[in-house]
Amino acid sequence: MSTEIFEYAPAPESRAIVNIKSDYGLYINGKWVAPHSKKRFASINPSNEEVLSKVSLADSVDIDKAVKAARAAYNKVWAKMPPKERAKYLFRIARLLQERAREFAVLEALDNGKPIRETRDVDVPLAAAHFFYHAGWADKLEYAGFGANPKPHGVVAQIIPWNFPLLMLAWKVAPALATGNTVVLKPAETTPLTALLFAEVCEQAELPAGVVNIITGDGSTGASLVNHKDIDKIAFTGSTEVGKLIAKAISDRGIPATLELGGKGANIVFDDAPIDEAVEGIVNGIFFNQGHVCCAGSRLLLQESIVDEFVEKLQSRMAKIRVGDPLDKNTDLGAINSSAQLAKIKEMSESGSKEGAQIWSAPCSLPTKGYWFAPTIFTGVTQAHRIAREEIFGPVLSVLTFRTPQEAMEKANNTPFGLSAGVWTEKGSKILWAANELKAGVIWANTFNKFDAASPFGGYKESGWGREGGRHGLAAYIKGAR
Amino acid sequence: MISLIDGSESSLRAFLDNLPGVDKVGAEARAAMLATRSIKTTSKAKAIDLAIRMVDLTTLEGADTPGKVRSLCAKGFRPDPTDVTVPHVGAICVYNDMVEIARKHLDSIGGHEIPVAAVSTAFPSGRASMEVKLRDTKDAIEAGAGEIDMVIDRGAFLSGRLGEVFAEIKEIKSLCGDRAHLKVILETGELATYDNVRKASYLAMLAGADFIKTSTGKVTPAATAPVVLVMLEAVRDFYKLTGRRIGVKPAGGIRTTKDAIKQLVLVNETTGPEWLTPDLFRIGASALLNDLLMQRMKLRDGRYSGSNYVTVD
Repeated sequence: MSTEIFEYAPAPESRAIVNIKSDYGLYINGKWVAPHSKKRFASINPSNEEVLSKVSLADSVDIDKAVKAARAAYNKVWAKMPPKERAKYLFRIARLLQERAREFAVLEALDNGKPIRETRDVDVPLAAAHFFYHAGWADKLEYAGFGANPKPHGVVAQIIPWNFPLLMLAWKVAPALATGNTVVLKPAETTPLTALLFAEVCEQAELPAGVVNIITGDGSTGASLVNHKDIDKIAFTGSTEVGKLIAKAISDRGIPATLELGGKGANIVFDDAPIDEAVEGIVNGIFFNQGHVCCAGSRLLLQESIVDEFVEKLQSRMAKIRVGDPLDKNTDLGAINSSAQLAKIKEMSESGSKEGAQIWSAPCSLPTKGYWFAPTIFTGVTQAHRIAREEIFGPVLSVLTFRTPQEAMEKANNTPFGLSAGVWTEKGSKILWAANELKAGVIWANTFNKFDAASPFGGYKESGWGREGGRHGLAAYIKGAR
Repeated sequence: MISLIDGSESSLRAFLDNLPGVDKVGAEARAAMLATRSIKTTSKAKAIDLAIRMVDLTTLEGADTPGKVRSLCAKGFRPDPTDVTVPHVGAICVYNDMVEIARKHLDSIGGHEIPVAAVSTAFPSGRASMEVKLRDTKDAIEAGAGEIDMVIDRGAFLSGRLGEVFAEIKEIKSLCGDRAHLKVILETGELATYDNVRKASYLAMLAGADFIKTSTGKVTPAATAPVVLVMLEAVRDFYKLTGRRIGVKPAGGIRTTKDAIKQLVLVNETTGPEWLTPDLFRIGASALLNDLLMQRMKLRDGRYSGSNYVTVD
């Protein structure tokens, strides 16, 4: 009996479809302008450290310009426009995102390091869906339960993270525009390129100048934006650390903020779970997007009676995860987004070993250039270990065990975070009971990491304030609404 | 646990009812994800040849004649008369009364190593007495069938008479002995749920099946990707439990090279490459072979050729 090894030949998506400019200005008031500082910084491809482009470093002068442009657009055009006209722009943007889907998918994979399979099948379609969904709301806000005459805040400052650059942009921009706000958006330092391509889409959609302004930069740029005196609301997705700084910064200014922060999601597998699908769900929960997911199921809570069987199945499934070139259509796990993040993941996993947990990494060969980390699990983790408490934001899973359903709930809730949780059991009543007990903004049952524009997303405790998506998400962009 | 199964209704139930359930949404999502694998160039070429070797080239028509069966045998032995590097198929699959004709013809053209598979036990419905089913199988084996594709009694399975299904398979298996390989057709389209597919897979394996096969080809849906996934998971786990490797044969609805390659990807990423051999994976098909040949020509010549460049049968 001869055993054949079925190797998949490289199947790279062509990058010819996307035209990356050698440098980018700031997109302010419908125009591309050079930054006041005259400084640019590189955006690199984390899978091979190649410089993709140079983008502008905005400072407080640029931000002032952008906020003024947004203010003028709000007063003169956007707030006055009949809602059904506003809706047309959103529909147009949604259609353009679909038409240029491949371009966005390739660029996102290049700039972020995530695999093309995910950008193509998840990031871009969901981003378009968010614009479609909110386009539908634009002229129906009176019926959304926010009172007879719902009003926007005005100028909204939005700061988004590097893990889902285009999708987080859509989560922020679509509801803001649908409700009649204008936007100054700052993409993350390491992943600005799809936001800049989105600016081109705004131009193509003939969105009135100043309604969306995109300014690139680093942490200092974000801080200047938060501290600008003429913004009416802040929407932030990122680390809990920065979220706390923002909360502090605005505490005496009386402006509202939505904060979508970190998490340490528990994926709870009971002994009566659909085991094979649970293994898939755990893999998807932690290795989707290299684990750079705030709602990742980074803690696996296993009922003690199935630990050995389950971990064995999980390891053999992990051994099949295809790690490598993000542009290859067969890649499951791409590059870590930056050297800083890679260092953090390494530091955390070293602490896991030091504190006595057992490490196991999938046997895969990693590229020599770029930032890479093999899919890894720690078994024998206890609540007291750092890797059970702190967000790692990488492809590292901590496996803990429990004896009774009550103990599972206690352990799952025993965290300063409360963003997501997963429950795996074939018993419906247990799902409903667990969903009541768990203190998390999103609870998935027999699945994980499923998103929909109509479904609100957000956290308890240190995972954030407010919700994004659905009717709840609209409330964040309407004055006085809850 | 498995050693406690004595064929009694209660022992079977104790085991089969304790199998973990299959979550429909999750299984379908996994199968859909694997369908996005992109198999190109060198790996496609290898996959096509492997798929040809796995084809159980089938004709199961009321209108089958000796002439039709003989030409099918010729096609299976030498799929592309213009290219000797094309491997022969895995088996020729026919009705009971055509077995002798197929066997003789294969032997006369040099295809000794291609087995003839006979569908058996009152195929496709399985609605006959055990006596008839045994006689049916005996006939086929005596006529030279090297493989028996039996159907299970779905009625018995669905009404919970698991012991009956088990006993039937066991009896047919002992009749086959070491003269014929036994493939057990679950007819998953009639079992309806993935939980049933998993249960029936284990039931057949416990009773002695060498292969578990999805469908007769007479019922839709047939070999859908999630069904094959669930069956592959079952043989993988059964191997871990018993050390015995059981084969899987999807049949019905696999018509294109793309479909066939998706099946190979399912195998590769579920059981692993150990199952990527005609000894452990077959594809029951008729039209598929010509599409595989055309794709093979395309890879060889760099252009597509028309359907008249492959033989109709």
